[in-house]
Amino acid sequence: MYRYDKYDQAIVDARVEEFRDQTARRIAGAMNDDQFKPLRLKNGLYLQLHAYMLRVAIPYGTFDSRQMRMMGHIARKYDRGYGHFTTRQNIQYNWIKLEEAPDILADLATVEMHAIQTSGESIRNLSADQYAGAAADEICDPRPWAELLRQATTFHPEFSYLPRKFKIAVIAAEEDRAALRWHDFALRIVKNEAGEQGFEVFAGGGMGRTPIIAYRIREFLPSDEIFSYLQAVLRVWNTHARRDNIHKQRMKILVHELGEEEFRRQVEEEFQHFLTLKTDFPQAEYDRIAAYFAPPPFETGLGEEIDRSDAAFALWVDRQTVAHKAPGYAIVNISLKPIGGIPGDISAEQMDVVADLAERYSFDELRATHAQNLVLPHVRKADLYTVWQALTATGLADANLDLVTDIIACPGLDYCSLANARSIPVAQKIAQRFADMDRQQELGELKIKISGCINACGHHHAGHIGILGVDRKGTENYQLLLGGSGAEDTSQAKITGPGFDEDGVVDALEKATNVYLRERAEGERFVDTYRRIGMEPFKEAIYG
Amino acid sequence: MVENNLRFRDDPVHEEPAVSIDSFLDQSNATAVRIEAGEDARLLIPYLDRLALVEIDFPRFRDGRGYSSARILREAGYKGEIRASGDVLVDQMLFMRRCGFDSFAPNAAIDPEALDAALNRFDYVYQHAADDAVPVWKLRHG
Repeated sequence: MYRYDKYDQAIVDARVEEFRDQTARRIAGAMNDDQFKPLRLKNGLYLQLHAYMLRVAIPYGTFDSRQMRMMGHIARKYDRGYGHFTTRQNIQYNWIKLEEAPDILADLATVEMHAIQTSGESIRNLSADQYAGAAADEICDPRPWAELLRQATTFHPEFSYLPRKFKIAVIAAEEDRAALRWHDFALRIVKNEAGEQGFEVFAGGGMGRTPIIAYRIREFLPSDEIFSYLQAVLRVWNTHARRDNIHKQRMKILVHELGEEEFRRQVEEEFQHFLTLKTDFPQAEYDRIAAYFAPPPFETGLGEEIDRSDAAFALWVDRQTVAHKAPGYAIVNISLKPIGGIPGDISAEQMDVVADLAERYSFDELRATHAQNLVLPHVRKADLYTVWQALTATGLADANLDLVTDIIACPGLDYCSLANARSIPVAQKIAQRFADMDRQQELGELKIKISGCINACGHHHAGHIGILGVDRKGTENYQLLLGGSGAEDTSQAKITGPGFDEDGVVDALEKATNVYLRERAEGERFVDTYRRIGMEPFKEAIYG
Repeated sequence: MVENNLRFRDDPVHEEPAVSIDSFLDQSNATAVRIEAGEDARLLIPYLDRLALVEIDFPRFRDGRGYSSARILREAGYKGEIRASGDVLVDQMLFMRRCGFDSFAPNAAIDPEALDAALNRFDYVYQHAADDAVPVWKLRHG
């Protein structure tokens, strides 16, 4: 994976000192809170209901054991002994003191980490396919491009006070594991007819109160022109977007108002201008970065057999491991969704165990996923049993990847100052209702996504079943949505009808799954059946 | 407000008051023009050789449109003064400098020590802008 050189390190170190100075000036009263707010947000620091929350960047979801141990250290020293992995492959701490934030950033900088642009109206930390560099189905590793774009978009002087946040994702496979088209700007690495590598570009996606699926703005963009193209998109948005209503300032709204054709026309015009400025990074810089992502020294001649005599282990292997590009290896998914737990949460002790496993069994690599799980990307099949035993001992061996209990949930009203309703207890109740493993397997792939307010951090628009918490006359109320997807079959979920209380929405969700079990055709997932038979049968079962 | 002004140019201060972009386009003998947030800096591109000062207003410091306005003018070859006026604060001035602003007329006085630290804290930058800072990729590869 990428390692900082003296330039990267100097930039991150200077950033820590800048924020230390800004925090001191705020505490001394030299600036007011309104002036400080965007500065702290651009360093990942939110003010939540009970304390500050710090969102630490994990660029494109890739990290190593040293960094994971530092995350554990921060959880112990500055927080309450745990962290929370987010839907954009970052980690959050919920109990941070403002005066300690500069020290945390300084600690992070010692392991080449930061919280730069994880919040605020900026170009956010990039996300990517969590299986990058390991997936059997990718055409190349997308991370060198993600790292190049990380550098290009860090402290971009023109685009640091944007109308709203701006989220980028990069993948290089047909299967979309990164919710690509729910991003403001999304890239899929493809090859054109001449065999040259470039980007299929999507723009104007996003969730929130006005969900829009990104449209394809460019079929093929030569890869060495990507920074020009990105800057063209950003300039069109930055100069034209509204600034009078925070809910209308995301790029998706501008694309919608201008129309796709007109937006594309303006971008192309600006793009031709940017090409003349020669701001694109040269091939030599791409090559330098790509060298860090060379495949690890996989052993050859390994066997593919796995001893399945332990039934619990066999179940876990079938559910949690995925085909690897190298013979004899597997991609291991670590569930952060124990029944009754908080989706995405992990204790400092568990972080240490996972760090050890990564170091010993996965070429020192780890990944965070947008579904709030972790990945050991390169594990020898011969080591799977040992890894499973260690995960079992620390409570991380749940076998529920993509099943009904693998729930995405935002922190909700338990932590978040924007939330209207709690998300975590709903996730816990659903997981408890469907805890039986046979029942989970019977239901198959079923992606439940829960948000505690219309900002949609829990991706409810993209859930096969989504749940949206709202405030209804002072009480928490939950709407049920069906038919969304954040995968390559991207779609937006639709609301079933009137909302429910906490227990009511769990009942309604169960009724929806019963309709699926009754109506499904051979090989259909929940979302396939919904698409075939439509909303009505589900409505009848839920409200009839 | 003159006492708050900061200038990073050696030429004499331009005394003529800035006119609005509409009046400038109507009576084009003015040499100083003021762009409000949301106005299109590109409209000035045909007239850059007769302009000595473009003032770009920041109604709120979080309104980032002015950064693009300044760069658009610099990219079109404008060498005259670009002044940021309004809600201009010390913590935004580094990026403003990088976008081509070379004078500042902030609503409130800027602490010179804080400004000096803010402008000199970062030795390296990752990307080209309107200043002469060299991006690190160029330092890496010569």
